Amino acid sequence: MAKILGAITTSHVPAIGGAIAKGLQNDPYWKPFFDGFPPVREWLARVKPDVIVLVYNDHGLNFFLDKMPTFAIGAADQYRNADEGWGIPTVPPFRGDSALSWHLIESLVAEDFDLTTCQEMVVDHAFTLPMALCWPDMKWPVRTIPVCVNTVQGPLPSAARCYRLGQAIGRAIASWPDDERVVVMGTGGLSHQLDGERAGFINKDFDLKFMDSMVSEPAWATKYSTTELVELSGTQGVELLNWVVARGTLPEKVHKRHANYHIPISNTASGLMVLEPQG
Amino acid sequence: MPSSRRQPVPGTTIFDGEQARKGYALNKMCYSFNDAANRRAFVADEDAYCAKYGLNPQQREAIRNRNVLQLIEAGGNAYYLAKFAGIFGLDMQDIGAQQTGLTKDEFKAKLLAAGR
Repeated sequence: MAKILGAITTSHVPAIGGAIAKGLQNDPYWKPFFDGFPPVREWLARVKPDVIVLVYNDHGLNFFLDKMPTFAIGAADQYRNADEGWGIPTVPPFRGDSALSWHLIESLVAEDFDLTTCQEMVVDHAFTLPMALCWPDMKWPVRTIPVCVNTVQGPLPSAARCYRLGQAIGRAIASWPDDERVVVMGTGGLSHQLDGERAGFINKDFDLKFMDSMVSEPAWATKYSTTELVELSGTQGVELLNWVVARGTLPEKVHKRHANYHIPISNTASGLMVLEPQG
Repeated sequence: MPSSRRQPVPGTTIFDGEQARKGYALNKMCYSFNDAANRRAFVADEDAYCAKYGLNPQQREAIRNRNVLQLIEAGGNAYYLAKFAGIFGLDMQDIGAQQTGLTKDEFKAKLLAAGR
């Protein structure tokens, strides 16, 4: 039976790609952020996943506003990155796992989650940069399954719905008969707002409470509406919905293996966590 | 900006269905900037490029002014507007400073202060 080894949640700001391209990992501005990742790599080397299910939001690369699915899932054997218009280098393609993708689709639709299935899909920085932070040589040793959540165009799926989607993904993986070792990633956030007179909004108190809830009270964020989450974490901070999906794939009780939090990278409060199921 | 039932968060325009309808042509043009050839075509003949995407006068004016708050008012979405800003090599601190009436250094200081 397939097994979820844990979850990694991280921010995904495009500027990280610029910093990687320029080799700024030890630059005083970037070091507190990049220093969060060696323990993640050590954890990955120990648990040795075969597959990464990566929950993120597309920023206008694969999806335009002509067709905006609330939830979408990759069902391909390869995913490519492409030019997003702001000058960060593209990364090598990722292997997919279409058999496991279709198992997830069967299982999730049977549980009334109506996902858009994508046999062709380009993946943007929200997918590629967290992968590059985990495997800086970009020789991806894992197969990948992208799960895309609409955090772009309201109405957004509620945090409660995202949490239940995560729980359903967890059940789907547990019912896969092969012995794949799976890590779930959730990318985005934490608090930031790019647009409007409130641009530059960051809410450290909320972020720290949210990170704490990921360990001790996983459904905590589900008490907020998406508008309340925008108010508390910013118009783009609401990308934390991807963390909520990832958290939902794990049982109630988890061990926190690692965490990092730093303000700011670009306009964003960056968060990072590694969680393992207990027992 | 006054808050309202539809837009209850001060200084914030949540990108909802009303904004998505209003901004469709503008965001579609910005989406085209994923392609380097399209970025070059915009720079070569901005008027023709905006006309091709059917921008309304408000959107055309906001693009001409490179004014982010006006672009949002005209229905622009932050993720798409970032592709427009990329043409001019502007980063998120440039955009944040413009919207908040701060210098770039003041805006960066505000971000740093949020971490204390």
